Amino acid sequence: MNMSTSRIARAVASKDLRIELRSRVVTNQVLPFSGLVMIMFAFALDNDDVLQRVAGGLVWLATLFSLFILVQRTFAVETYDGALDSLRVAGVNPQGIFIGKAIALFVQLIVLESMLFIAAIVLYRVNVNGSGLVLLVTCVLCATAGLAFVGTLYGGLTAGARGRETLLPLLLLPVVAPVLICATRATESAFRSGGLTVGEGWPWVAVLAVFAAVFGLGGLLSFSSLIEE
Amino acid sequence: MSTETQSFKGVGTPTTRMYGLLAVIALGWVFLGGLFFTPEDAVQGDAVRIMYVHVPTAWVAYLAFIVTGVASACWLIGKKHSMGFDRVAGASAEVGVLFMAMTLLSGSLWGRITWGTFWVWDPRLTTTAFLFVTYLGYLAVRGLGGTAQQRARRSSVIALLAVLEIPLVHFSVVLWRSLHQRATVLSPDGDIKMDGLMLFTLLFGVFGFTVLFAWLVSHRQRILAMQDAQQTSALDAAVTERLKEVQA
Repeated sequence: MNMSTSRIARAVASKDLRIELRSRVVTNQVLPFSGLVMIMFAFALDNDDVLQRVAGGLVWLATLFSLFILVQRTFAVETYDGALDSLRVAGVNPQGIFIGKAIALFVQLIVLESMLFIAAIVLYRVNVNGSGLVLLVTCVLCATAGLAFVGTLYGGLTAGARGRETLLPLLLLPVVAPVLICATRATESAFRSGGLTVGEGWPWVAVLAVFAAVFGLGGLLSFSSLIEE
Repeated sequence: MSTETQSFKGVGTPTTRMYGLLAVIALGWVFLGGLFFTPEDAVQGDAVRIMYVHVPTAWVAYLAFIVTGVASACWLIGKKHSMGFDRVAGASAEVGVLFMAMTLLSGSLWGRITWGTFWVWDPRLTTTAFLFVTYLGYLAVRGLGGTAQQRARRSSVIALLAVLEIPLVHFSVVLWRSLHQRATVLSPDGDIKMDGLMLFTLLFGVFGFTVLFAWLVSHRQRILAMQDAQQTSALDAAVTERLKEVQA
């Protein structure tokens, strides 16, 4: 019995999303946490103009903080009762697992980011026009794809390892630095903060797309070596 | 098992002793030449002497990470998955992290004297800092535990992912900085006119630190080999003991 990679990916993704939907950890814990982070930023910066100017960066920082929790969770469900080992023993294609888990992570991140952007509009008083919205949506899609690939890759590596809670941010933060830089610039352009125009944001989105492509490919090639013990 | 453990009598060999001697001589010259014989710089004054350490350590740190990347690739591609490659990769990364820390430290001291600030958000500096943190992470992955094979597999993939990551970090930082005002009074790329003795000392420093690197790595990878051998022999001893118990 040989399932195609795309079928495995779909099965893994829908399994992960169903677990999240039923356990409600994301909706009841991760979303409120990231909302709190947005409020804490406002306390720390304490200035409406500054908040409006740096809103893009704060949204992406809050996303990164939540990314660690989401990645840890997406692999915790695999390692608690050796589910990942069972999948491997059953001969499931690791590339299918990689794509599936990345898709599930992507969907969760998109939900999270949508909420964060609404929070930025409400709390930080940013506004987006039509062309800004097109840029913003493209930027979010590309950046999130990159984060989902990298998160799955490094999450798989640290899954089951001792001290993974502290190791994951150490490994992941330097790698996602380009996403933070590029997504923040593109988002600031979409918000037209600091006198930026919407057109200035597009080159950054291109870098985000390259990042997603590079780590998507890198993940497909290396994921099997990382989870194989 | 016993042959492997007994074959290690200390970690020195004639080759490593030669590296050590060369490194001591070269660095002795850099110490004397850098601090006393070379003139001070027309613009930077005595601060230029930091360069004799800063430039060679930066070169060695980058070299170390290249060695780690190449050794990791050799381990992954090689059919035999020879553990020697893994140990060289690990030893080289450890020494690289040490030298990169020295580079960042000496660079920021020099920056404080010359630019008036410890740090500027220059692409090269920022990429170097990210390289440092990335390889700290690499060393943490090596410390995760498990068998030597698991360690080698994990860390070689991490090392190759770092090779993907660093150009992306560099590129995005260049792009990021190019849209901002330059923060520096003096460009970090500013050409320094160098007299002969200064250039000689600098090049000798590069040579000395490179030999020091080779010396440290060869010792370190032998220690790693001994640790691996000790682990296997301890396991073998435990298995033999248990077998005896069962047979008795």
